[in-house]
Amino acid sequence: MKDKILQLTGIQSFLSPWVNIFKGEETKKNINILLKSYIFPLLSILLFVLVWHTGATYLYNKEATSKIEKARAERGEAAALEVQNCIYSGEVGCQPNTLPSPAKVWEAYLSLLADHKIISGKKEAFAKKVEKTNAKRAEQGKAAITYTGRPSFVDQIGTSLKTVFAGFLLAAFIAIPIGIIIGLSSTLRTSMNWLIQILKPVSPVVWLLLVFMIVKTLMSDSDMDKSFMISFISVGLCSMWATLVNTSMGVSTVDKDFVNVAKVLKLSIGQNIFKVVLPSSLPMIFTGLRITLSVAWMVLIAIELLAQSPGLGSFVWEEFQNGANDSNAKIIVAMFVIGMIGFGLDRIMMVIQKMMSFNKEVA
Amino acid sequence: MAYLELKNVSKSFGSGKDKVEVLSNINLSIEEGEFVAIVGFTGSGKTTLINLINGLEFPDEGEVLLQGKPITGPGPDRGVVFQNYSLLPWLTVRQNVKLAVDEVYPSKSKEEKDTLIEKYVEMVHLTHAIDKKPAELSGGMRQRVSVARALAMSPKMLLMDEPLSALDALTRGTLQEEIVNIWSEDKKTCLLITNDVDEGVVMADRIIPLNPGPQASLGPDFKVNLPRPRVIAEINKLDEYKHLRNEVLEYLIEVGLSRKSEESNQYELPDLKPVMPGRIKWGIRKKSEKQKFF
Repeated sequence: MKDKILQLTGIQSFLSPWVNIFKGEETKKNINILLKSYIFPLLSILLFVLVWHTGATYLYNKEATSKIEKARAERGEAAALEVQNCIYSGEVGCQPNTLPSPAKVWEAYLSLLADHKIISGKKEAFAKKVEKTNAKRAEQGKAAITYTGRPSFVDQIGTSLKTVFAGFLLAAFIAIPIGIIIGLSSTLRTSMNWLIQILKPVSPVVWLLLVFMIVKTLMSDSDMDKSFMISFISVGLCSMWATLVNTSMGVSTVDKDFVNVAKVLKLSIGQNIFKVVLPSSLPMIFTGLRITLSVAWMVLIAIELLAQSPGLGSFVWEEFQNGANDSNAKIIVAMFVIGMIGFGLDRIMMVIQKMMSFNKEVA
Repeated sequence: MAYLELKNVSKSFGSGKDKVEVLSNINLSIEEGEFVAIVGFTGSGKTTLINLINGLEFPDEGEVLLQGKPITGPGPDRGVVFQNYSLLPWLTVRQNVKLAVDEVYPSKSKEEKDTLIEKYVEMVHLTHAIDKKPAELSGGMRQRVSVARALAMSPKMLLMDEPLSALDALTRGTLQEEIVNIWSEDKKTCLLITNDVDEGVVMADRIIPLNPGPQASLGPDFKVNLPRPRVIAEINKLDEYKHLRNEVLEYLIEVGLSRKSEESNQYELPDLKPVMPGRIKWGIRKKSEKQKFF
């Protein structure tokens, strides 16, 4: 089991050249593999950072010159000199606002981590402070007092992950059963096809507005977290189409041999679905779920940004509105974090997908 | 009255201009307990014929009668061994056989079902592999599971669609014997479809050649009067065996040739010559290959 997971995630093939070199097996070949799988990727990362750095420097200089020129045109030579000195002295207040360099992004990342430490310290202190009051309130049957301060960056990631999983589960719970039902009956498939084809390309923004209209009315007087509800339902609705289409496709194209077996053995509908149809379409369903999860993650950021529900999306939006000196760098940090989490989620789904698929040829 | 009867059965696929009549005017009757082999070329409509009998397809004309009643669909009275095993790859041998047992004895307890399953798996000598998945079995073992599954429905009739055609000659021989043994134990009616004349001669009471399609029809009967049990190594030497085998083969080749002469399609072959890859030269050291990254 452990070996299988290592192999499926690609960790094994990633580490094997090192292991082989240590063992002294086929040194030359493994060094070549090493070059291919470590050195060249590393070089490409370095190249990327270099291009980024040069670009950022160029933009920085351009912005700085235009700032100085502007001061000169408006307020004369002395003001221009003052602005110039201010910029090159590195004072925070008069830095040109443009694409941040890699170093700045790294700094912003560290500051976000430090910020997280401070905030979690505050949270703990708060929890200690209200411990007694909360115990009393629990006795009286009242809700506990919770920390309502500003969430840290790490908290935002947690919220986003929670939302995306809620949306993903919703998508799976809607799409898989409907996909199976549609896949089993060609009549249903043709009659539902127009609806699926029309709704599939609808933009996340429109889904959000639609969900907003419905949820607003339905939950006008409940005290559930409305923005969370809205965002996870919209994420689910946006991303479920891949699973729906794949499931119905998988169910409707079960191998003819298996269909014949089911007919000859006269399996009941339930047995047919659970013993024949579902297992044979599992690989397709999981391919659909993998697409669904990556779409969900992509759409989530946009939806959070619009719905003002807490999470990475709203973090990005707030930083953009904020316009502080390191806001741009923080946005880039968020961008990389979003990308890496998306990559991680996709990898997890890929492993599950590979574990679920069986070899058809040997049936 | 015959156990299974096909009367003037015709079956065609497609419609309009593309309509192809696969079987035409098939008349066949099989007595209870008889072992009949239908021998024919690939593509002559053998699988269509067996699908008509097992109820997956229905004839366009004529009727298929089982004990005097027309067939309305698949049923547990006819067990089918498919050409490509058709085992469910996500189920173990036990679970695959259980599907059939569940269908025939839905009300039996779990223990009774288990003993039944084990009995049928034992029949095909696979007890040691009962909890394995089809992917872990060899071709011959898979086909045996398929036979066990067909037997587990305790059918009155066993339909076999080229069950051994994917196996090597040695495995074939042992499986042929096993199937004949199972048949002779409780004298089920058997219909074997095959492309191997020897297989028919070794296993069956009666061989019927299927003239090649389209519009395939059945040829004359060839009775096999060789004594049972037939051991391949022994009957190989019998004159009767050789005679019969040659007779059937000659008939098949004759109808095959006449069919071919009707459709005199000439195929133009491209003017190609094979190019030999570089010969190995001894004494010259091969240069170590340079790794190319781009």
